[in-house]
Amino acid sequence: MYLGKVVGCLWSTVKDSRLEGQRLLVVQPLTPELQPTGKRLVCTDCTGAGSGELVYYCGGKESSFPFLPTEVPTDRTIVAIVDDLHVDRSAGC
Amino acid sequence: MLIARVIGEIWATQKHESHEGRKALLVQPLNLDGTNRGDAVVAMDSVDAGVGDRVLLTMEGYSAMTSVGRPNSPIDMAVIGVIDRIDLAP
Repeated sequence: MYLGKVVGCLWSTVKDSRLEGQRLLVVQPLTPELQPTGKRLVCTDCTGAGSGELVYYCGGKESSFPFLPTEVPTDRTIVAIVDDLHVDRSAGC
Repeated sequence: MLIARVIGEIWATQKHESHEGRKALLVQPLNLDGTNRGDAVVAMDSVDAGVGDRVLLTMEGYSAMTSVGRPNSPIDMAVIGVIDRIDLAP
């Protein structure tokens, strides 16, 4: 999974029928130090995340599993809203 | 699989039910010389690893979700071992 921040949402009218009712959110990937890294991307969501929230998202086929038995055609899904994180890069080095 | 170091933990209340009861770790993939290999990722823990541990990281869905005992769940990375030692041929 990857850490990211929700920076917007996306609307689409003409789309695959299995995407009906899915929220599509624009996410900026972040480093653990909360610095932007890489390009923004679009995620489906199974948590109810909103704009500005820190989240982590799953990639690959696994990202469609929260919506089973519907096989939603997605390759990135937000799976958790982050309350807090602790980073210590010096430990164990 | 990749060699990685656990650099942190994540707390989340609102999450997919399959993530309940498992630690979400912030994990930094490493090169063999110990330098960082790309950005840190979030992985489910299956071996009770802690911050500072050098670990084995799988980045493939099937092995990740089965190692934490949650088949058919949105888990694409997992920590599946704590590395004691690496010996390289000279």
